Amino acid sequence: MECVFGLVGNDFAIVAADTSAVHSILVHKSNEDKIMILDSHKLIAASGESGDRVQFTEYIQKNVALYQFRNGIPLTTAAAANFTRGELATALRKSLSYLFFLVSTIVNNDIWFFQNPYFVNILLAGYDKETGPSLFYIDYIATLHKVDKGAFGYGSYFSLAMMDRHYHSGMTVEEAIDLVDKCIMEIRSRLVVAPPNFVIKIVDKDGAREYAWRESVKDAAVPLA
Amino acid sequence: MKLDTAGMESAAPVWGSHNELVDGFSAAPSFELPNTTDFDGFQKEAIQMVKPAKGTTTLAFIFKEGVMVAADSRASMGGYISSQSVKKIIEINPYMLGTMAGGAADCQFWHRNLGIKCRLHELANKRRISVTGASKLLANILYSYRGMGLSVGTMIAGWDETGPGLYYVDNEGGRLKGMRFSVGSGSPYAYGVLDNGYRYDMSVEEAAELARRAIYHATFRDGASGGVASVYYVGPNGWKKLSGDDVGELHYRYYPVMPSTVEQEMVEVTGA
Repeated sequence: MECVFGLVGNDFAIVAADTSAVHSILVHKSNEDKIMILDSHKLIAASGESGDRVQFTEYIQKNVALYQFRNGIPLTTAAAANFTRGELATALRKSLSYLFFLVSTIVNNDIWFFQNPYFVNILLAGYDKETGPSLFYIDYIATLHKVDKGAFGYGSYFSLAMMDRHYHSGMTVEEAIDLVDKCIMEIRSRLVVAPPNFVIKIVDKDGAREYAWRESVKDAAVPLA
Repeated sequence: MKLDTAGMESAAPVWGSHNELVDGFSAAPSFELPNTTDFDGFQKEAIQMVKPAKGTTTLAFIFKEGVMVAADSRASMGGYISSQSVKKIIEINPYMLGTMAGGAADCQFWHRNLGIKCRLHELANKRRISVTGASKLLANILYSYRGMGLSVGTMIAGWDETGPGLYYVDNEGGRLKGMRFSVGSGSPYAYGVLDNGYRYDMSVEEAAELARRAIYHATFRDGASGGVASVYYVGPNGWKKLSGDDVGELHYRYYPVMPSTVEQEMVEVTGA
């Protein structure tokens, strides 16, 4: 099942996510990238319902881009995290109008508005010139936390303990990748429903980018058109 | 109580008001909702009444020459087989196909709707829509109706300017790009055959044979799948139907009965 985790190092932040698209007992795809590059220096790793995950992260990405176009400066990671949290919180309470809708059926009200909460859990990593790397934990009930290390999904039970034990402040990239690999190995060996493949992305002063894949099952790669 | 059907409109929704009750609100096209206190229960009942094609096997995969799409043709309502000749591969336009799993009506309706949108895109932009774009149109519509009882599990397969394209789209708003998908109750069986026999550099004949076999083996094990196994191929010049074989006949080709040796011969008792 889903495993998303990340940590902040010396002058970078790393996030890793499984790449399985699962429907009940079927794995439809094992190379689905769940970490979006939000803008030049931000990563957004999301787990949750497939529809919500894509729709919500794309919505955030486009709005962060819009802000940059309008104001000429990008949002800081903290600002983007607060914006994301705000959108989740709004959607969460809007869904109460569903209860209102049930009541309104009886009074035959002609207004229909209906919005679900987004069932997405998010790790937002970014690098800012002023504050350096940062990682934000945002869950589907709109909790926002600035953290050094965070995780979501069934994999979190293993990766959190792993990171609690081996994490220390000011880690180098090598140390961090080593820790991420430790987490992946622990998930693969102890989690019944362990996903086979993971993607690791990194963000530092040079920007957000893909770092590596950790694959134990090879999905047919999409050939270059 | 009105249900907003703006997502069904090809053009942008018409803003204005034709109802004094919704004055000031969006007066998008709408239809009446049932007057009931238990809408969820009503919906569940209604769905059960009008939902054939629950059990299905459909598959599609990209290979060297293009995309191969195949499906069975059975429609069932619970244990009852309501049809053995359903067209589960829907022809969206000459270069794009959709597959049908889940609710037959939902799939047919939204694929037709997608066909309209694709044609309008073609007229407006003087070029055919990409498979990526088309699948996203459908996914966005389905996402806007999420949780309202639609049942759609589909693959959009086609050929566009970038070559072959294949997407999986479902009623939860999920949309996956991939090389190989199978959808429906028979999909685990189909995947078994498909994953085992798949190679990217297959010929059209080999690919068609693999697709047919995968559908046949799914219909053999899955009671809700059956009828005929249709196979379509989408290449640079559009789609072409390659075959439609009764799985009963395929059975004799793929699963011949072996004459078994008699384990124990009855011996005639002599004397007594």
